[in-house]
This record gives sequence, C-alpha cells and structure tokens, in this order.
Amino acid sequence: MTLYSVIGAGVAGLAVATELVERGAKVQIFDPSGPPGAHGCSWWAGGMLAPWCEYENAEEPVLRLGQEAIHWWKSKTNVTERGTLVVAGRRDLPDLRRFARRTEGYRQIGPELSELEPDLSGYSQGLYFANEAHLNPRRALMDLYHALRDKGTIFHKETAPDQLDNAIDCRGLQAREALQDLRGVKGEMLVIHCPDVTITRPVRLLHPRIPLYIVPRCDGVYMLGATMIESEDSGRITARSMLELLSAAYALNPAFGEAEVLEIGVDLRPAFPDNLPRIRRLGGRIYANGLYRHGYLLAPALARGVADLALNNIHSEMVDEDRN
Amino acid sequence: MKSFYGTQLPNPLMLGTAQYPSPAILEHAFRQSGASVATVSLRREGAGGAGASFWKMIQDLGVLILPNTAGCHTVKEAVTTAHMAREVFDTKWIKLELIGHTDSLQPDVFQLVEAAKILTEDGFEVFPYTTEDLIVGERLLAAGCEVLMPWGAPIGSGRGLNNPYALRAMRAEFPDVPLVVDAGIGLPSHASHAMELGYDAVLLNTAVARAGDPVAMARAMMAAIEAGLLAHQADPIEARDMAEASTPIIGKAFLS
Repeated sequence: MTLYSVIGAGVAGLAVATELVERGAKVQIFDPSGPPGAHGCSWWAGGMLAPWCEYENAEEPVLRLGQEAIHWWKSKTNVTERGTLVVAGRRDLPDLRRFARRTEGYRQIGPELSELEPDLSGYSQGLYFANEAHLNPRRALMDLYHALRDKGTIFHKETAPDQLDNAIDCRGLQAREALQDLRGVKGEMLVIHCPDVTITRPVRLLHPRIPLYIVPRCDGVYMLGATMIESEDSGRITARSMLELLSAAYALNPAFGEAEVLEIGVDLRPAFPDNLPRIRRLGGRIYANGLYRHGYLLAPALARGVADLALNNIHSEMVDEDRN
Repeated sequence: MKSFYGTQLPNPLMLGTAQYPSPAILEHAFRQSGASVATVSLRREGAGGAGASFWKMIQDLGVLILPNTAGCHTVKEAVTTAHMAREVFDTKWIKLELIGHTDSLQPDVFQLVEAAKILTEDGFEVFPYTTEDLIVGERLLAAGCEVLMPWGAPIGSGRGLNNPYALRAMRAEFPDVPLVVDAGIGLPSHASHAMELGYDAVLLNTAVARAGDPVAMARAMMAAIEAGLLAHQADPIEARDMAEASTPIIGKAFLS
C-alpha cells in the first residue's frame, strides 16, 4: 500500500492528510515544529467560514469552493452556524452599499439587528449572512491532529528527507524556494478578553481603508483581525495596526475599552499573485499552497483537489499546469 | 506633451498600486489600460526590504515608477521615506505627500514646501501633492519643484474636481509647468475633465482599485484621459447661452 508523506502540519497539511486517510490512504506527516501551534500561521487565523462575505473582494472560486467548507468541517470539529453580520458606521454607509452590491447570500437588516446582537445597539443598519459559520481554528487543528493520530497516522517531529516518494508539500511560505511566485502577506491580530460584551457571531466593521472583524471564541474571548499588508516582515505588530484593531472593537461597543489583551499575533499568509490556492507538481512532489486569508475556508477544497490528484490522477481546477 | 524632469510620459495616466483585490488584478489593470506610471507606497509595506516581493512585482510591470511618501505626517518622516524609496527603486522621482488633516487627508502645505526644499537640494525630483492654492504652487516651484500635483478632491473620496475654477486658474498661472490632478477622481468623466482643462496627467488609485472590475475601470480611465487630451488639443468651442444652428436658416432655397 502506498505511503503518502504530508510535509507541514498547518491547516493545509492536516486537511490534506485527513482527506487522504478518509479515502483509505496511508499517511505520515513531517513537521519539525511538532504538533500544531503558534509557529504556524493557521494558529492565528480568524476561523470564519464566510464565502459570501469574502466574495466581496475575492474571485469567484472563493465563493463556490468556500461553500463546501462548512459541511466538511462539521464532521471534524465544532462549527458554530450563526451567520455573519456586516455593519458600518454612519459616515461609512456608502461602503455598506458597495459591499451589498458586490456579493450575495445576505439580507438587509435594520433595527432588528439589535435583536440578533443586543450588544451592538449603536448600529441600526447591516447585512446578515445567515448561512455563514465560524470555528475555533486552534481547536479545529487539534481535532484534526488527534483524529489522525487515532487512525494510526504517524507524526515525525523532524524535517522531511529530501528524497521522499509520494510527498505532498504543505509548508506554506517555507516552500517558497520551490514556488517562485509565492509571497507573504503580513497579518496582525489580537485576542482579547471582555466578559462585559456578548457577541455571538462574527461581525465585520466596514471602513474605507481597513475592513476589520471580530470573532467570538468562548467565555468572553474575542479574536480581532486582521491587517493585510504587502510585507514579509513577521516580526512585530505596529502601533498603528494595534490602534486600528482596538479602535474597531471600541467602535462596535465602547465596553471593549475595558478588555484585557491576551495575545498579539503576527504572521505571514502564503499567497500566489491572484490570491487563490494552487496544487502544483514539481520535482516529484505535489505542492499544495497559497491559501492566503482563506485557510479554513478553502483547505477542504484544496485537500479534495490533492487527494483527487494523488489517488486518482484527476486534475481539479486548483491544479496548476504540471511543471515536471 | 510637457516633460516630467526630462522624461516624456508615453501617456498621461498615472496609476496607484494600493488596495487591489490581488497583485494579479493589479497587473492586468496596468497591462490592459497601458498606464505609464505606477505610484508605490513604501511606508506601509515595511522597512528593511520587507515588501520586496511586492515591489519586484511592480518593477516587473515595466512602467515608470513614482514612489510616494503616503501616510507621512512630518517633514522628517517624508524625507526618510524618500531616501528609502531612492534606494529601493533606484529613482530620483518622489511623490511628496505630507498629510495635515486626519479626516480629509488634506496636505500640510507648510511642511510640504519645507520638505520639497530639503529633497530637491538633495538631488530628488519632487512631485508635490498639494492643494490648488496658487501661492503654495509658487513656493513649491521656488523650492525647486518642476511639477505640481494639485488635488481634485480628498484622497479616495471619488468626488471629482471640487474646484474646477481654481484648477483652471492654476493652469493659466503656470502655463509651462507640468500639472497633474492627483486624488479625488471617481469616474472617467472626472479624469476627462482634468485633461480638458489642459492638465498634463491624472493620478488616481482608489477609483480603479476599489471598482468592482478594476481592469475595466482602468481601461475606462485611459479612454477618458485620451478623450480629454484630444479634446483639449482640438480647441473646444465656447459655451454660449443661445442656440447656434449648425446649418444656416436664412437663404434656404426651398421651404418645405
């Protein structure tokens, strides 16, 4: 029986391994950093399964392929299906109209917004995307990891050997020496604790320059994200970004001013020039990469594409021209 | 066409590189519109070469590069950013932007003149983002600038030319200086208007990058700019209050 070697235990690698195992393949995983953790950019994600919201500023495959994600994740981890709210401050209402024009899958809501989220009482206009969902990304990674281990997948806490048959490279930005057109897009986020505010679904606050969102985790913990900067400096958050993120939370509800800042996350998203993921055969490996800001949204489709290629030699739309 | 510090632009469209949905769409917008100049922001994309991948993509477009000091609020920041730009892009050109007001992003013209002087003395070729004020324009020229870039309207507002009267006055006041309308353009008709007034180029970003179809909008802008330029060169008729028939009425041979 063929043994497949997945390199990288971030959301791409774990999703690919899971898909392969579910289809009956035998898999081992290499990651010198060990189990999922703060070393990987998927640790810092928002975990929104929001294809309709993302479609406002992304290409069509994100909408179509992203819609498969909720179903895929539901069988693997806890998915909260409470939709997404998009709101804008009074002087940014033109942005709300633009957002509405450029996507679908929502209904306009007015004063009933405060019934959906009583703690957003300052907002009386918004878009409600009822079919969207969110998950806790760290829990999702750990759930995939444990399920794979339970099914006998071996994890090697080491660098994969260069010569490896049936290797699938899911290392994100680490693979850039092989993928010349891959770049890093800097993202900064915060995790805050604010038991005074109750928000039960992801909320996006529109702003002419900086679209920001807040995702509820649990027990009064919220993730605030995320900047998008064409920079490959993953060092630290800038004061400006921190100000923008915290101002957004404060604008949603001034009680966020009392929140404790639990974590600051900074990392680089791997992205190709069109910001869409790719599956590419190169030098005997299959590379699956470029999830950009859609790690959890597009990992299921990416995993299916890899499994189709590796097991059945079916070329799905994510497969780049083969460059052997 | 007037030259910009000795360089003839192939055409009068200067296009910004921020806020596109993806670098691939940015590239198509440039290729399909044929824009001749790309403006690039250095400040936001990080010091120490952190934005190198993105910058390389811009350089690969093969157009003229005009780095800017977007987001700078002080002379010191702007001068530092300009030096960094000269190193990264190997060009003397710098679009000097000094923001004075948070909500309108209006230029701080006092600091602008000061920074322009420092930079021109240091060998830079400065493209100052300014208001339509004639005296500020004079001071910038005295500081060594050979191009002026008055705003059409606040950055990103898409309002078009807020003060066509003042822009016309500026054109008349500085007939030999290359003038660029920078900022505030929302529609092709706005860009065309600027060219009809006799401006030498138009610089825009948000109107294209944030359009639903940036590539189509970039082409529309180029078409409008070419139309406005041709119209200006063609010496348009004067507007008048009453009709002037294009065919004579008197002396018609037959009345039917």
